[in-house]
Amino acid sequence: MATEIRVPALGESVVEATVGQWFKEAGDAVSADEPLVELETDKVTVEVPAPASGVLSEIVVNAGDTVAVGALLGAIAEGAGKASPARSSAAAKPATAPAPKAAAKPATPPPVGLKELEREPHPREEITPDTYDVGETDDAMPPSPAARKLLAEKGLKPSDVRGSGRRGQVLKGDVTAQAAEALLTRERKPKPVAPPRAPVAADDESREERVRMTRLRQTIAKRLKEAQDTAAMLTTFNDVNMSAVMQLRRDYREDFEKKHGVKLGFMGFFIKACVQALRDIPAVNAEIDGDDLVYKNYYHIGVAVGTDRGLVVPVIRDADTMSLAEIEGAIADFGMRARDGKLGLAEMQGGTFTISNGGIYGSMLSTPILNAPQSGILGMHRIEERAVVRDGKIVARPMMYLALSYDHRVVDGKEAVTFLVNVKESLENPARLVLDL
Amino acid sequence: MTTYDLVVIGTGPGGYICAIRAAQLGMKVAVVEKRATHGGTCLNVGCIPSKALLHASEAYAEASHDFAGMGIKVKPELDLPAMLAFKDSGVKGNVDGVAFLLKKNKIDAYHGTGRITAPHTVEVAESKGKTQLAAKAIVIATGSEVAHVPGIDIDEKRIVSSTGALSLAKVPKRLVVIGGGYIGLELGSLWSRLGAQVTVVEMLHSITPGLDGELAKQLQRILEKQGLTFKLGDKVTKVDTKGKGVTLIVEPVDGGKKETLDCDVVLVAVGRVPNTEGLGLDDVGVETHARGRVIVDHKYQTNVPGIYAIGDVIAGPMLAHKAEEEGVAVAEDLAGQAGHVNYDVIPSVVYTAPEVASVGETEEQLKEAGIHYKVGKFPFTANGRAKVNRTTDGFVKILADAETDRVLGVHIIGAEAGTMIAEAAVLMEFGGSAEDLARTCHAHPTLNEAVKEAALAVDKRALHM
Repeated sequence: MATEIRVPALGESVVEATVGQWFKEAGDAVSADEPLVELETDKVTVEVPAPASGVLSEIVVNAGDTVAVGALLGAIAEGAGKASPARSSAAAKPATAPAPKAAAKPATPPPVGLKELEREPHPREEITPDTYDVGETDDAMPPSPAARKLLAEKGLKPSDVRGSGRRGQVLKGDVTAQAAEALLTRERKPKPVAPPRAPVAADDESREERVRMTRLRQTIAKRLKEAQDTAAMLTTFNDVNMSAVMQLRRDYREDFEKKHGVKLGFMGFFIKACVQALRDIPAVNAEIDGDDLVYKNYYHIGVAVGTDRGLVVPVIRDADTMSLAEIEGAIADFGMRARDGKLGLAEMQGGTFTISNGGIYGSMLSTPILNAPQSGILGMHRIEERAVVRDGKIVARPMMYLALSYDHRVVDGKEAVTFLVNVKESLENPARLVLDL
Repeated sequence: MTTYDLVVIGTGPGGYICAIRAAQLGMKVAVVEKRATHGGTCLNVGCIPSKALLHASEAYAEASHDFAGMGIKVKPELDLPAMLAFKDSGVKGNVDGVAFLLKKNKIDAYHGTGRITAPHTVEVAESKGKTQLAAKAIVIATGSEVAHVPGIDIDEKRIVSSTGALSLAKVPKRLVVIGGGYIGLELGSLWSRLGAQVTVVEMLHSITPGLDGELAKQLQRILEKQGLTFKLGDKVTKVDTKGKGVTLIVEPVDGGKKETLDCDVVLVAVGRVPNTEGLGLDDVGVETHARGRVIVDHKYQTNVPGIYAIGDVIAGPMLAHKAEEEGVAVAEDLAGQAGHVNYDVIPSVVYTAPEVASVGETEEQLKEAGIHYKVGKFPFTANGRAKVNRTTDGFVKILADAETDRVLGVHIIGAEAGTMIAEAAVLMEFGGSAEDLARTCHAHPTLNEAVKEAALAVDKRALHM
């Protein structure tokens, strides 16, 4: 009996994925839990393991197809197919094998995925002179005469509309309201389509490369734009003298690494400083839910990590309960796995505040965009010796600009500035972190 | 050749309404009318002139019999030519009104007989010659004409149809009406009030076929009281016009003794048949039933795309207001809207005195369909306004679903019944219940209170009984 291979649950809010590479071909032998196919989702790339051992008898979706959670990907038949190493290439296959493959592969893959999600439009109700009924039983309250005409014209059924008349009768106004609402949502749903790209000179066009956006890229684009469209976002700046932190690193780097097995970096200090500031200014750690504000008494700090696939933001959960060493360890682990695309979905969800470090790429100053629905994001930048005035003298100090972008709907200007000053002071006097000041 | 979005053949209530609605919806519309005036049978030789004469004759009868009871002493004198002139002026006012409406809606009117020569071409035989009209859509609204009885030739003098009966030069001493339907009863009543001895011969065993049986019986009793004689279950087998008068041989349908009836005028009122002759339907291949009725689909389209038909030429009751609804529906459909006619809620009225008005199912129909129903009845004798108006004949009868209380039929016999039935039609169009009607405030003192009381009576809680 064949075992179906279906799209697994991909984590909260993930409903569909793009099929990536198949590691096996139809006819290949597979063993249970062996990776079969790659699925690219909004957040990560996951590998779908074989649900059973046997022969990959059928592949119903191809690379590039969009599939919904639960959609059929293929099937595994019982039996010992030809032995084939994982990730075998076509070239590695014996020439005698293609027959079963051709037979097993349907000519046209059955429609799965997106199409399943699409709703069929209502067929237009037919009005016949001799039947008055609009699909209701005789004892039901029929729509009013004008409502009945409108329903037919809008292709709606009486049951689609909430009647406001006596005993729930659908009245003309109910249909108009429903239609207006439907129109609004319809207009809202497909976001204003960007105007098609202006024509390019043929000469130039031949020197362009058109690449389909990865799902990750599309999601990044969508999320960032959503954040911009939703939040009342603005940025406040400050600078921080990094001398103290740098001195600490210099003094304890070796001991720290020896004891904890991780390098003593800057990020740990920033996370500690931010947690401290978030405790003092809870609004920055809050989010808006409808008409409510949700204040979170936990501190899950997202750390933006650039990878060659794009930006991912793994979350350090309960950062307030972690030691500096634990935080540094977590960051190192995330960084490594992010680069390999091995981060799990759960590891990138639930953040309450985000830190983005553009400094590692040399950024002097930037205005980060919120990681919605969070209300604050701290931007770190490069450290450089700058001339500052101390005690009336111009001196050189290792300085970093700090930027806090925040949602002004949640966070007041005073709170935002205080938050950033708080972070600055903690970094300039790390003893404050120890003393919980 | 002028191209129209819509050409309507016939400007009776169905046709001219269809044209106006289409014009309202932005179509370029033309109408074709073979009469010199618009309005069709209804306005020229049907509803309107008959109502004028019914109104006048009722006033005459009232003045003759009822005024004294209210303390008015008069001795009315009939001036028939003047009464007929009054009728004609009423007709003129109405047909001119239609002409004005067509003009106002920028509808081109062609006078002449229309003929469909091709699926999108109408040829009008005007007095000045033939005109071709190109039409994206054609609506046949040519109505109906008087049905004939084999062997009885209508000369519109002594043997008349409804048309002739509206213009009799003098009141006949004795009038025989063949047909106990609403036309025969209305026109029979009319001449009876003006002094004729009226005998109604009907093949069926009751008058006004299709009417709720209880109302039909009540109407017959009241009309008999007014002086009409009914010969039910009888048929006319011979009409002899050789002598000065007319002699009819009448015999029972079920067999029995023949009888001779002498009279001055015979009114043939056995119904109406679709009027499609000369339209060229055969030439373009429009399908019709045996009796000329045009076959249409649920959008009133014939088997020839682009050719539609409404009103008396298609199935359904031959009523002006039914044709109007269909005219509106066709126009709206052509404009891309969802035109619709609710055939379950088409009122019908017999304009006798008292009037009889019905909408929805009769008790007989409900019984046959096996539907459980409740009856609420209220007589006008218990209605205050009817009492002082001296119009206590009749009652209101409401039939409601036994379970849902939804009103399935309303039948009224009484003064102003035709006007009162409208509230029942509105209620039924909204699918209302008897209680909905009973809980709707009705002005006092009005005849309509009887409707509310009948609705209360459905729940056995009439207040004035």
